[in-house]
Amino acid sequence: MQTWVFAEEIEGAPTTLALEMLSKARTFGGDLAAVYLGAGSDAAFATLGAHGATKVFHMTPGGALPTAAAAAALAGLAGEHQPDLLLFGVAFTDRDVAGRLSARLDRPVLANAVEIILAEGAVQVVNEILGGTMLVDTAYRGPKPWIAIVRPKSFAAEAGVPFSPEVIPVALPEVGHAGEAAVLEHHAEVSEGPSLEDAAIVVSAGRGVGGTEKMAPLHELAALLGAAVGGTRAVVDAGWLPFSAQVGQTGKTVRPSVYIAAGVSGAMQHLVGMKDSGTIIAVNKDEEAPIFRVADLGIVGDLHKVLPKLVEEIKARR
Amino acid sequence: MGPLSYTGSAMKIAVCVKQIPDPNTPYALDPGTHFVERPQDQVLDDTDRYGVEIALQLAEATGGTVTLVSMCPAGNLQGIRQALAMGAHRAVIVNDPALRGSGALVTAKVLAAVLRKEEPDLVITGTESTDGYTGVVPQQLAELLGLPSLTFARKVSQADGKIRIERMTANGYDVVESPLPVLLSVTSGVVEPRYPTFKGIMAAKTKPVEQPTTADLGFEPGQVGPAGSAQEIIGVRAAPERGAGRKVVDEGEAHLEIVRLLEQVKVI
Repeated sequence: MQTWVFAEEIEGAPTTLALEMLSKARTFGGDLAAVYLGAGSDAAFATLGAHGATKVFHMTPGGALPTAAAAAALAGLAGEHQPDLLLFGVAFTDRDVAGRLSARLDRPVLANAVEIILAEGAVQVVNEILGGTMLVDTAYRGPKPWIAIVRPKSFAAEAGVPFSPEVIPVALPEVGHAGEAAVLEHHAEVSEGPSLEDAAIVVSAGRGVGGTEKMAPLHELAALLGAAVGGTRAVVDAGWLPFSAQVGQTGKTVRPSVYIAAGVSGAMQHLVGMKDSGTIIAVNKDEEAPIFRVADLGIVGDLHKVLPKLVEEIKARR
Repeated sequence: MGPLSYTGSAMKIAVCVKQIPDPNTPYALDPGTHFVERPQDQVLDDTDRYGVEIALQLAEATGGTVTLVSMCPAGNLQGIRQALAMGAHRAVIVNDPALRGSGALVTAKVLAAVLRKEEPDLVITGTESTDGYTGVVPQQLAELLGLPSLTFARKVSQADGKIRIERMTANGYDVVESPLPVLLSVTSGVVEPRYPTFKGIMAAKTKPVEQPTTADLGFEPGQVGPAGSAQEIIGVRAAPERGAGRKVVDEGEAHLEIVRLLEQVKVI
């Protein structure tokens, strides 16, 4: 079994998602390589090695959007080395490269994997549908390599023994018009407090909050608890929170120990992004809101009455 | 197959859209095939309204045209008419029972076959459908058509035959620019979609909707549907249920319930 894991570099290091996939792939046995897209550094390669990669194919992007060229390079490498399974994450660049690679190699992509099962040389991918209420098992039926896209937080990232992998530089080929998109500027959006993906507590806003000027009690509660603030698609679309704060199918997947949903109805597309949280607390006026079906504690009430009192009570106990 | 060429200033735009069963109704699975059952009445996938709006704005700015391209069971075309009512000029719907159970790559190949005939300057898609949410069809399409892809756009502008976007990244966004022809995938929220006017709704009833079959597009039966997809659903099962917990109606003291629980899990 030869598995390759795509790893994008963000702020000088491989993404946590890539490390989660490597940790899972390490359990398959056999050969494990990372395909690293970024400037690269000894520290970054060592991190990949510690998570199981014995080999790193290293691609360095230039001024162009590298997705088309990276897919072309990867198709060439796959032809040469014949990997069995290629793993990508549910992330922007990963999806671009995986989709293009799939078309280039004429192989299907199985997306939104939450589990990957090896059975007698075959690979089965499990994904969730209908808001995570049903699990679908899908098997590949054509030639290798098989391509899967894995949802974040499906596997734990676990560093093993330190290891310096063999690093193989891979040139990004010329791909003509498809490679003509140019990256003009990079912008990092820094938010205060812990990142949404890593926070132990998440306070989440839904449409029921009612407006950007009514977000204050959520921010106050989050600051008090050291929590990150997230929201539903409706909330980021309305501009009450930045896009990077979106939790759900199109946004981020979170698994904090406590998730406090305020004014969140609990649409299927939101539930898939948070239903595996440790303890879920929901406050919503509508007692029929679907969020109550996954909440450990559901408060039927006005969040603008409940949250300020909650903030005062927590302050009083400190 | 070479890249589509951009020929003039009046932008010829194709928007890939999908009509889906209303997300506010419970979805049913066909027990035999495990495919989602498709009622006659379907709605335009809400996430597609943003791409249609961007297309209309670019077409209005350049004196261009907007064609909807879709692969879906046509039903009574209610969802497609919603997008026509917004102002799109015509639609091409590949509606063929042989396509049932097709994977993402087959979908992309079918859409690409239509787009090669249409020869648009700009192909616009959402980032993923609400029902299937594979999220790779735009990128597969770009590769099949030899186009650059401006994906995950949260802001779009155009000038001098180029499209410029803010592309979402893991920690913010990049400003990315590409010459035409190009594929653009837009996130919801990129723009405020217009509501159809009464006049638009009436006009939509008579706008042309072509419905080619896969054979018309040159596909053999084994190239589409489950057989052409090289993947097979081998089982569908209920996920382990997360039981609902306690529900408390707030009569002024419910915040204390939250405090108790937070103490119990040692957060405060």
